[in-house]
Amino acid sequence: MKQKSRLLEKEGFSNFMASLLAILCGLAIGFVVLLVADPVHAFPGLLAILTGGLSDLRNLGQVLYAATPIILTGLSVGFANKTGLFNIGASGQFIVGAYVAVLIGVRCTFIPGPLLWLTCLLAATLAGALWGLLPGVLKALCNVNEVIACIMMNYIGMYAVNFLIQLTVFDSLKNQSLPVAENANAPKLGMDLIFRSGMTASSVNAGILIAVLAGIAVYYVIEKTKFGYELKACGYSRDAARYAGINEKRGIIWSMVIAGALSGLGGACLYLAGAGKSIEVLDTLAAEGFNGIPVALLGLNHPIGIIFSGLFVAYLNQGGFNMQIYGFAPQVIDIIISVVIYFAAFSLLLRGIVERVVKKKAHAQTAQTEPAPDGPPPAPGADQPKGGDET
Amino acid sequence: MSTVYFLVQQTMFFSIPLLIVALGGMFSERSGVINIALEGIMIMGAFSGILFINVMQSMFGMPPQLLLLLAVLVAAAVGVLVSMTHAYAAINMKADQVISGTAINMFAPAFAIFAARMIRSVQQIPFRNDFRIASVPLLGDIPVLGPLLFRNTYLTTYLGFAVLAVSAVALYKTRFGLRLRACGEHPQAADSVGVNVYKMRYTGVAISGALAGVGGLVFVIPTSTNFNASVAGYGFLALAVLIFGQWQPSRILFAAFFFGLMKTIASAYSGIPFLAELGIPNDIYKMIPYVATLIVLAFTSKNSMAPRAEGIPYDKGSR
Repeated sequence: MKQKSRLLEKEGFSNFMASLLAILCGLAIGFVVLLVADPVHAFPGLLAILTGGLSDLRNLGQVLYAATPIILTGLSVGFANKTGLFNIGASGQFIVGAYVAVLIGVRCTFIPGPLLWLTCLLAATLAGALWGLLPGVLKALCNVNEVIACIMMNYIGMYAVNFLIQLTVFDSLKNQSLPVAENANAPKLGMDLIFRSGMTASSVNAGILIAVLAGIAVYYVIEKTKFGYELKACGYSRDAARYAGINEKRGIIWSMVIAGALSGLGGACLYLAGAGKSIEVLDTLAAEGFNGIPVALLGLNHPIGIIFSGLFVAYLNQGGFNMQIYGFAPQVIDIIISVVIYFAAFSLLLRGIVERVVKKKAHAQTAQTEPAPDGPPPAPGADQPKGGDET
Repeated sequence: MSTVYFLVQQTMFFSIPLLIVALGGMFSERSGVINIALEGIMIMGAFSGILFINVMQSMFGMPPQLLLLLAVLVAAAVGVLVSMTHAYAAINMKADQVISGTAINMFAPAFAIFAARMIRSVQQIPFRNDFRIASVPLLGDIPVLGPLLFRNTYLTTYLGFAVLAVSAVALYKTRFGLRLRACGEHPQAADSVGVNVYKMRYTGVAISGALAGVGGLVFVIPTSTNFNASVAGYGFLALAVLIFGQWQPSRILFAAFFFGLMKTIASAYSGIPFLAELGIPNDIYKMIPYVATLIVLAFTSKNSMAPRAEGIPYDKGSR
C-alpha cells in the first residue's frame, strides 16, 4: 500500500512536469508571435502576460472572478470525459442556467436575504441539469450521438434564452437582461475589501468558493463513491461495465445530468456577481461553455487539476488584458492557450515515458511486479522501446 | 413559384458549405481519425481565402471566377497545412484526438483576429462580392430547372456537387476508398495485408483539411461581404451533419440539405407568405433546424454506423 501511494505521488509529479513543459512551450510560441508582431514591445508584453494577474490585488480578484465560470464548465466537461462522454453542450447548459438564475433574481424578490441567491443557484443548477438530461436520455435510449445532440441543444438553448429574456426580463434599451435584485448577487464575504486597488474593488465573490467546493465534491464523487466508480467504469469500457452488472444507460443519463448541473451553476455564478454583467441578446453561443473544454483538457480531466487550470487560464486572460497597453491584441492569450493544449496532448506521451522510467526503477528496487496505478491509463506509446517492465 | 425558386437558391447557400465540410470530415473519420477541428480549419481556410481575394482585388483586375477558383485553392492548401498539425498529434503522437482538435478550434479564431489586426489594424477583412452568377449561360434559360439551379448562384455550388460525386466514387469504387474504410474499421486487418495505416490516415485527414478550408470560404462568400474571424459554428454543424448522415455520402447530402432547408425557412420565413402570417416569434423559427434535427435523430439513430476504429490511435504492436 505504501508503495502504491508513493507511485501515485510520482504520477502526480510527472503530470505536473508534463503540464509545466506544455505551458512553457505555449509561452515560448506566444513570445515568438509577439516578436513577429512588434519586436520592440514583445518583452514588456510577455512580462505583462506573466505578471498581469498579480500586478495588484484588484487584478488578482478579477482573476478569481473570471476563473469561477470556467472552472465550473471545465468540471462539467471533465466529469463527462471521465465517464466516456464528450460534453460539448456546456455552452447551452451554461446559458440556460444563467437565464433561470437571472429570471429568479429579477422576479422573485419576495425571497429574503441571501436565500434569494441560494434559490437562484439551485434553480440554475436544475435548469442546467435538465439541459444535460435530454442529450443523456437521447444517448441512453435512442443511441443519439451525444456530441451532435449537445451541439443542437447549445443552439436551442441560446435561441430559447434570447426569446425568453425578451419575454420576461428584457432591458430593451441595452438589448440585454434586467439587473438582478441586490440580494440575488453572491455575497462578497469581505473579499472585496481585500482584493481591491485604491477605491476600485474587484468582482470576486463567494462564487469562487462555490467553484472550488464543486471541484472537491466532483473529486469525492468520482474517486470515493461506488456511484462514481460505476460511472468511471462506463467511461473505460461500456461493455465491461454492463458485464459487471452496472446499469450503463442509467450511468450515461446521470453523468450528463451532473455535467449539465455544473455548467448551469457556472452560468449563475457569472451573472450573479454584482459586476454589472447581464445576459446580452445575441445570436452567439456562450463562450464560457466552450472554454470549459480547454480548461478540462489542461486539467487532465481531474477535478482538482481543473480548479488550477481554470485559475491559470483566467490568470493568462487577465495578463492579456493588461498587455493591451503595448498595442497587442488580447487574442495572443488564446493562441498561447491553444498551443499549451496542443502540447498537453503530447505530454500524455511524455508522461508515459516518465512513468515507465519510474516503474523500472521501482522494479529494480523491489524485484517484484508493481500494481498498476489506478489513474488514467498510460498513454499508448508503441514507438518507444518497451522499458523492460512487466517481466 | 418564385418563392420556391428563392427557397432553393437560399438553401444552396446554407447547405453547400455543410456538405463540403461534412464530406471532408467523412474522409478523416472513415480513416479512423476524429476531426473535431473542422470549425477551426474552416476559419483558417476562410481567413486565407478572403485575405487572398482582398489583396488580389485591390492589386489586379482578375476575372472574378478565376479569382474565386484561386482563392479556393489557397483555402484548400491552408486547410491541409492546419490539418497536418492535427494528423501529427493524432497519428504519430497517438494523442487524444479531441485535444488537438480543440487546440486548433481555439487557435484559429484567435490567429485570424490577431493576424488581421496586425496586417490591417481592424479584424474584419472586407471583399467585393462580384462572384455571384445571375444566370448561367444557356442552362439558366431552361424552364423550371434553370431558375431552380442555374440562377442567382455561385461557382462554389457546383463545386460542392462535384466534391460529392468525386467523394462517393472515391470512397466506394476505388482501391483507395476501400483501403481508407478498412483503416477506419479494422486497421490491424488493413495493416496485415500491406496497407500503410499511417499513410492512409494522413491522407484522410489531409482531405478533410482541404475540404474544410474550402468549406469555410464557400460559407463566407455568399452570406457576407467581410470576414470577421468566424464561420458561425458551421464546423460543428458539419460535424453534426456528418453524424446525422451516418458517415455515408448520400446520407450526408440528404442531411446537409435537410438542415439547410430548415435553416432557410428559419431565416427567410418572413418572405414566405403563409409562414409570415402565423406571427410566431423570430427566435422560435431559428430553433427549428436544431429541434427538427434532434427529433429526426431520435428516430433514426438506433443503428449507428460509426467507423469502428474511430478515435483509436493505431498501434502496430497492440492486439
